[in-house]
Amino acid sequence: MSKRFNPDRDVAEWHGPAIRYDLLKEVTVGFAVVLVLALVFAVVFSSPDESAITLQSWSKAAPVDFVQTAITELDGTSASATYGAPYNHTPGTGQQLGPISIERAIGVHIPLDTSRAFVIDPLETLPRQPALTSAIRQYKSAPAKQQTAWTSAYEKVVGKATFNGALHVAPGSYGPVAPMMTALLGMARSGALDGALTKTPQLYGTDYTKPLLFIADGTYMGNVAQSRNLLGNQWGMMNETGQYPGQAWLWLYTLWYQVPPMNSSSNGDVEVWAIMMGLTVLLALVPFIPGLRSIPRWTRIYRLIWRRHYRSLPPVSS
Amino acid sequence: MSAVTKADTAVRAPAPEVEPSSDVANWSPTWTGRLRSAGLRRLPPEKLLPDSQPAYVQSAVYLFGALTLSAFGVVVLSGMVLAIEGANWWHVSNAGLFVNSIHLWGTELFFFFMVLHLWGKFFMAAWRGRRRATWITGVLAFVVSIATAFTGYLSQQNFDSEWISTQAKDGINATGAGAFWNVLNFGQMLLWHVVLLPLVVAVFVGIHVLLVRRRGVVPPFALAARGATGWSDTTEREDLTKDEAAEATSTEEVASK
Repeated sequence: MSKRFNPDRDVAEWHGPAIRYDLLKEVTVGFAVVLVLALVFAVVFSSPDESAITLQSWSKAAPVDFVQTAITELDGTSASATYGAPYNHTPGTGQQLGPISIERAIGVHIPLDTSRAFVIDPLETLPRQPALTSAIRQYKSAPAKQQTAWTSAYEKVVGKATFNGALHVAPGSYGPVAPMMTALLGMARSGALDGALTKTPQLYGTDYTKPLLFIADGTYMGNVAQSRNLLGNQWGMMNETGQYPGQAWLWLYTLWYQVPPMNSSSNGDVEVWAIMMGLTVLLALVPFIPGLRSIPRWTRIYRLIWRRHYRSLPPVSS
Repeated sequence: MSAVTKADTAVRAPAPEVEPSSDVANWSPTWTGRLRSAGLRRLPPEKLLPDSQPAYVQSAVYLFGALTLSAFGVVVLSGMVLAIEGANWWHVSNAGLFVNSIHLWGTELFFFFMVLHLWGKFFMAAWRGRRRATWITGVLAFVVSIATAFTGYLSQQNFDSEWISTQAKDGINATGAGAFWNVLNFGQMLLWHVVLLPLVVAVFVGIHVLLVRRRGVVPPFALAARGATGWSDTTEREDLTKDEAAEATSTEEVASK
């Protein structure tokens, strides 16, 4: 049984005249044209290369913001400390699509305890600091309730701290926390903290997960990004620094972050991904989807593309 | 095992030349032979490297595919130069910055031409007449290209990489993929960018181009008043399974004659 001819699926193959064509010449000329265009753009516009923010540059530019963030890493209240999978076990976290949370199902694969990884472990690498060593020992051996009392007290006042070569925090009952924070700030400003957070058992290191998470927990990087129109609500996903096109092809992905409910949903990321995956599958399967595959015939834009061909056809006999 | 003496070899007669077997025609086909036959059957040289095209191929829209391929070539070549000198080179050298700029603008041109190519082919309904696989491999090449460019942005070692990776991690983590594909891990992203993903793009682009050569350029829609609109003996309908089976049978028949 033969199927009926469907103009959106089937085609009358061409048995008409041919024209001269040189594939090799087309590819060669095409390559030359694109190369010249790329060279011209490269000469005229160059490419952006704004230096990355380091723990050192952050702590020098905004020392109070650094310490405000560091105390939340120590007491486990920062965004990274409470992120959930894949970094740590935090009840109630993990984006979900309906009842499903793939993030939670897969679980912790990049374990991260910010208190140890961002504060205590780096401080313990500092040599010949008996007062600091004693402070760390006091903090580690204190009951959790006492630790929280110290960090909470420090957290309440550190926002009003000042820095003029040294950190000045209003006096209070911070126990060992104050000298630990002062030492961590000094370590960051010297550049030693950047090295400590990328340290591996080998000499070489290429994983920047820890410093990037620490930096992202502060407000400094976000402020810099905002000044360069890179925030999510500024279509930042597809922008880059300077007046460059960026990843313009991500416009549709970025669009979904601007519209409700994704722009305010706690599951916004997974919702946007689900939409984009669905649209990608639709695009790939256009040839099989009735209606969708008829759009080219309905819009008749093909008449424009093949206008020379249609003009060359013999006139309709009346 | 007996020892062979000089005397033995001296008196031994020369080995006769091996004559070709008379029943070569009856040999069962080898894998190599089958691959060659299938390749030649599906892509004879005149299809693979054509010097003529149907007369309807007269539009600037047809150039976008070749321009996309050309831009891909520029991106790969400039990327290779960057790879030769290493990841830090372009941050500390004017020549490196220039090559990186070519890489960046080559990428922008690649996507620009690819999107025009995609829309052009969409409005030509280029999947008609056994060309669905061509469309699908093109879409796959587009999607993997986006991932390749994304990992490039993550591998720049500058503020853009830093900001994009810390923001994108939430999206990737939300899908569960972040547990294995860590956008904050520079080493992992760089290797995906320079090895794995370009290889996948090249494979999809390669299959896509071979399918274009095999199936040819899709003919225009027939105009109702001027040409055939109905299914007839001169039209072809897509059924990949049946088509492949029919081609294989006809080849076997030819071979057996």
